[in-house]
Amino acid sequence: MKRSAGEYLFDGFNVLLLCCIMAISIYPLLYVFNSSISDPDALMRSRSLMLLPEGFQLEAYKVVFQNPKIYTGYLNTLFYVIVGTLVNLLMTSLAAYGLSRMDLYGRKTLMKLITFTMFFGGGMIPTFLLVQNLGLVDTRWAIIIPGAISTFYFLIMKTSFESIPESLIESAKLDGANDFLILFRIVLPLSKSILAVMTLYYAVDHWNDFVGPMLYLRSQDLYPIQIIMRDILISSSTESMGAGADTGFAIGENIKYATIIISTLPIMLVYPFIQKYFVQGALIGAVKQ
Amino acid sequence: MELKHQLPAEHTRRKTGKLFFLKKELLRNKYVYLMLIPVVAYYLIFSYGPMYGLVMAFQKSYSPIKGIWAGEWIGLDNFKMFFDSYYFWRIIKNTLILSFYSILFGFPAPIILALLLHEVRKKWFRSTVQTVSYMPHFISVVVVVGMLKTFSALDGGLFNVVRSFFDMQPVMFLAEKDMFRPLYILSNIWQGAGWASIIFLAALSGIDPQLYEASKIDGAGRWKQLLHVTLPGIMPTVVVMLILRLGAVMNSDFQKILLMQTAPTYETSDVISTFVYRSGILEGNYTYSTAIGLINGVINFSLLLMANSISKKVNSTSLW
Repeated sequence: MKRSAGEYLFDGFNVLLLCCIMAISIYPLLYVFNSSISDPDALMRSRSLMLLPEGFQLEAYKVVFQNPKIYTGYLNTLFYVIVGTLVNLLMTSLAAYGLSRMDLYGRKTLMKLITFTMFFGGGMIPTFLLVQNLGLVDTRWAIIIPGAISTFYFLIMKTSFESIPESLIESAKLDGANDFLILFRIVLPLSKSILAVMTLYYAVDHWNDFVGPMLYLRSQDLYPIQIIMRDILISSSTESMGAGADTGFAIGENIKYATIIISTLPIMLVYPFIQKYFVQGALIGAVKQ
Repeated sequence: MELKHQLPAEHTRRKTGKLFFLKKELLRNKYVYLMLIPVVAYYLIFSYGPMYGLVMAFQKSYSPIKGIWAGEWIGLDNFKMFFDSYYFWRIIKNTLILSFYSILFGFPAPIILALLLHEVRKKWFRSTVQTVSYMPHFISVVVVVGMLKTFSALDGGLFNVVRSFFDMQPVMFLAEKDMFRPLYILSNIWQGAGWASIIFLAALSGIDPQLYEASKIDGAGRWKQLLHVTLPGIMPTVVVMLILRLGAVMNSDFQKILLMQTAPTYETSDVISTFVYRSGILEGNYTYSTAIGLINGVINFSLLLMANSISKKVNSTSLW
């Protein structure tokens, strides 16, 4: 079909607008990256928009990589992401399978009680005191156990499990399989894509978790990377930056920018390849709502 | 006489019937119940446990040694103290204003983006814009606030460089109370609009193509189609999302606000959750801040119920 002049104008304006949106999305990261590799003195004096780096150094990255706090922070985060996500997946699968059994006595009551927790809770202080009373404060478990199931993700997974044909489960039962076998050998292998989505969502939540560690962790050697980054970026703690007298004060700003890049780059590089799973997750979530 | 004898007998028979049924059910689904033990334990401890802890809201103080029932009961004094305090109106006002502006500016942003994307004909361009605009979503809040902080540095921070282009004096953005709301909302839009557009894009792709064909035959241009086919097509989704948002109007992004706020901006930036954190966790007024949290939770819950019943009437779309 031929397009009229009006159509061309419409499309051209649309593309222009979207290009602006892309530029706005990328620009702050470009600014941060260019600043991170700029010369410290040039950066201090610079009054430009940093579309290109001014001068060049990688000293800041060296300092960041040599900073033991960032190193242990990364390791701790890795632990919280891996162990936390495994616990999440196990607990969520158990809940989703159990409560997708339509013939289960008490299913409706349990579902009501669980869904209610999405809309009402005890709040920050009672939760904090509970975690404290359980003796979890300042242990790694405080980060992993209190959020073992996200009710929202559980509902998504349950809906997905319910779409698995009942006859499949019935016939496995006739063959003498118990529910554990059915869950791990039939239901989960059939739900690979929903598992991928859940893994990504839980993992990103753990990666970004800041409030949990802030409330429950006291020892520096348990801190995840987000707490370390708060100290460097927001509290501007030079001690956390790992910038001693030998590196000088001038490089401080470069270190901040380099820290942002190092903490953001991994996900930025991986994300375009796994984007479809994230989008899938967002969509299932929306349908659920 | 006979009736009297009959009644208890009937009663026990029913009871054993139920018991028998339960026993059979437990045996039949024993592995499922086994699976649900950790799940039920989790919800009992970590969701209902804190709800039980809400009784603290009616006590004078909390002692970690004596436990939750040892506190002195003071009825509604904690609530009265909060209502009478100088901070009451400030944090309620701040929470509501921040939510109001977030909805006013933040809610339409992803819808507009989705509409723009929907009109793109070239598939590669569309997916490029999507990938790029989703990207900020994956940056952690700590880093976003860290970026805001470095950008607003007095000396050579990006925001002040831009200000200098217009011959304006540099400003400590994060320490200016008038700057808190715009910074918070704009950075939220920057970070979240792309990602939030996914839901609306899905709704858009669900619109029946025949409707577009029919409107074309009726002589509707792209603009007319947008108004009469596209917008009505995504209205149900928009309404549901808006209801969800309105139900959370007393909620605010605790994590981001806590990271962004500085003492000079408390006048605009202090919201219920940050106040509860400061007064509860940092200052140790456990029972008082529990009471404030309880008020917040109850208001939130009733708002959600209200929003849902409104949507049921208006749009026959309900959350449950």
